[in-house]
Amino acid sequence: MKISKDEIEKIAHLARLYIDDSQKETLSGQLSHILDYIDTLQSVDVQGVTPASGAAFMNNVFREDKAVPSPGPEVTLANAPERDNDFYTVPRVVK
Amino acid sequence: MELHKLTISQAEKLLSEKKISSTELTRAFLDRIDLYDEKIGAFITVAPDLALEQAKAADQAIASGNQKTFTGIPLALKDLLCTKGVKTTCASKILENFVPQYNATVVEKLNNQGAVLMGKTNLDEFAMGSSTENSSVKITRNPWDTDHVPGGSSGGSAAAMAAQFCAGALGTDTGGSIRQPASHCGVVGLKPTYGRVSRFGLVSYASSLDQIGPITRDVTDTAMMMNLICGHDPKDSTSAPKEVPDFTQGLASFEKNGLQGMTAGVPKEFSSLDGVDPEVTAMFDRAKEVLQDLGVEIKEISLPHTDYVVAAYYIIAPCEASSNLARFDGVRYGFRDKGPDDLIEMYKKTKSQGFGPEVQRRIIIGTYALSAGYYDAYYGRASQVRALIMDDFSKAFDACDIILSPVAPTPAFNIGENTEDPLTMYLSDIFTLSANMAGVPGISVPAGISSKGLPMGIQMMARHFDELSLIRAGFGFEQSLGLDAALPELF
Repeated sequence: MKISKDEIEKIAHLARLYIDDSQKETLSGQLSHILDYIDTLQSVDVQGVTPASGAAFMNNVFREDKAVPSPGPEVTLANAPERDNDFYTVPRVVK
Repeated sequence: MELHKLTISQAEKLLSEKKISSTELTRAFLDRIDLYDEKIGAFITVAPDLALEQAKAADQAIASGNQKTFTGIPLALKDLLCTKGVKTTCASKILENFVPQYNATVVEKLNNQGAVLMGKTNLDEFAMGSSTENSSVKITRNPWDTDHVPGGSSGGSAAAMAAQFCAGALGTDTGGSIRQPASHCGVVGLKPTYGRVSRFGLVSYASSLDQIGPITRDVTDTAMMMNLICGHDPKDSTSAPKEVPDFTQGLASFEKNGLQGMTAGVPKEFSSLDGVDPEVTAMFDRAKEVLQDLGVEIKEISLPHTDYVVAAYYIIAPCEASSNLARFDGVRYGFRDKGPDDLIEMYKKTKSQGFGPEVQRRIIIGTYALSAGYYDAYYGRASQVRALIMDDFSKAFDACDIILSPVAPTPAFNIGENTEDPLTMYLSDIFTLSANMAGVPGISVPAGISSKGLPMGIQMMARHFDELSLIRAGFGFEQSLGLDAALPELF
C-alpha cells in the first residue's frame, strides 16, 4: 500500500509532527513497506468476532467519590518549561 | 567474597546473618559500575549518593531488627519508571531533564522495604525497540560480547544484571522487552499476567500491553521480586483485583514434586517459521529433553493465528502509543521549542526535535491507522485478530499447562546490523508478542550458549495469573541445567 507524500503531510499534521521533505521520502517508503506487511490481516476471517480491547477482564472500575488533597501548584508546575505564577504559559492560542 | 556475585536471596541471607552490610554490598556494585559501565552503557543515571544513603538507612533497620526481604538490596530500574526526585528520561530528548514529582507504585513498594536504588537503566526510547539502539542517550553493549546488542527495550536492565552491577532489576514488557533482553544477556526475565503489577507511574507506551516485571540472576530471585511488586492498586484501574500468592511456593512445589504431572505444549506453527537460527533450534530441542527428563509431558499444540501476531501487534501498539505520547507537547513538562509564536507550530517543532525516528515512525503508523476511514480496516480488524489470538491461547491451555518456545529466533545480533529496515526488527519479536496480546504471563530462562558465546533462553508461557507454574517449571529447568553459574567475563 503506497503512502503518498501528501498523505504523510496530512498524518503528520494530525500527529502534530513536522516531517521535512527529505524525511517524507524515506518515511513514505518505510511506511508503505510496513503497511504492505500489515495488509496480511485482511486475509483473516473475522466474521462475527468481537474486537478485544485488551487483556483486562474487568468492566467499570469505580472508586468512592471522595476528594483527596491534590499536590498543589508548586509540585504540579515543577517541570513547567515556561510559567507565570500558577499558570503554564504557551504561545497565543486565540488569534 | 566477591559481593557483586551475590543474588538477591544470597544477599538477603548474609545481611540477616550480619555477615555483610548493605553499605559494603552497595559499594561493591558502585565500584563495579565505575570500572565497567563506561564500556557497557547499562545506566543512564547512577545515583551513588542516594544509594549509599539508603544503604546506611537499611543497615540501621537491620541492626534494630527491622529487616524486610528487600531491605538493603541494591536494585536498578528501567528509566521508564517514575522515581521521585530522580531524573526519568525514557531515553528520550523530550524528557531529558524531567524529574518526576512522585514515585511509581512499584517504586513505593521498593522504598517501603528499604531497598537501595542504584540508578536508572537504558532502554529503547519510550520502550519502542528490540535492541536498545533507539535510545537517544547512548547504546548499551551486551556484556557477553560488546559488539552485540543486549536486546531491548529493557537492554540496560538486562545488561546490568549480566555485568553484575546490581542484585536485581526491573524492566517493562510490551512485546517482549523483558524476556528478549533477558534471553540475550543470559539472565531470567518474567512478564507477569496483564494486570498483576500496577502501571501507576510507568510511562505508558501501549496501555493494553505494558507490564512491569523482574530481571534477575535466577528464578528464586524472580519469585522474590514478584512477591514484592505484584498486587492490586486502586491508582491503576487496569490492575487486577486478584489475590497474590507467595510465588516462592513455586520453588517449593518443584522441590517436593518435581515437574510430575505438568504438560507442556509446543505450538506446531513455531516449528515452521523462517529465519530461526539452527543453534536456537538445537537449544530448544535439548531444552525439551531436559523437561521430559524432569517428568513433563511434551505435546504438540496449535496457535492457528501465529502468522498474524506481528501484524496485529504493529497496528495495536503504535495506535495506543500515538495516543499515549500526545501528552508530550512541551506545555507542562519536558523539552519545549520556545521559538514559535503559534501553538500548533510549537507542538510540531517540540515533538519533531524531542522524539527519535522510531518513535515518530510508530506515532505516524498509529495516527494513520486510527484516522477517519482507516480505523475499522486497521485498528478494528487488528483488535478482532487479537480476540482470535486470545481464543487460540484459551483453547491451547485446555490441552497443556505451559507453552514452550524459543525467546528469539537468533542470539543477540551485532550492533547496527538491523537498523536499516524496521520491519526486520519487528519480525524478530515473533515468539514474544503473543503473550502481551493475550495478556498471559511469560518467562525467559537461560537455556544455552551459542558457539559464538552468546546466551539463548527458552520461553514458557502459562494461563492468566498462573505465574506459579512458570516459577515451578523455570526453577526445575534452571536447576537441571546448572547454567545459573554462567556469567560473562568482563574484558
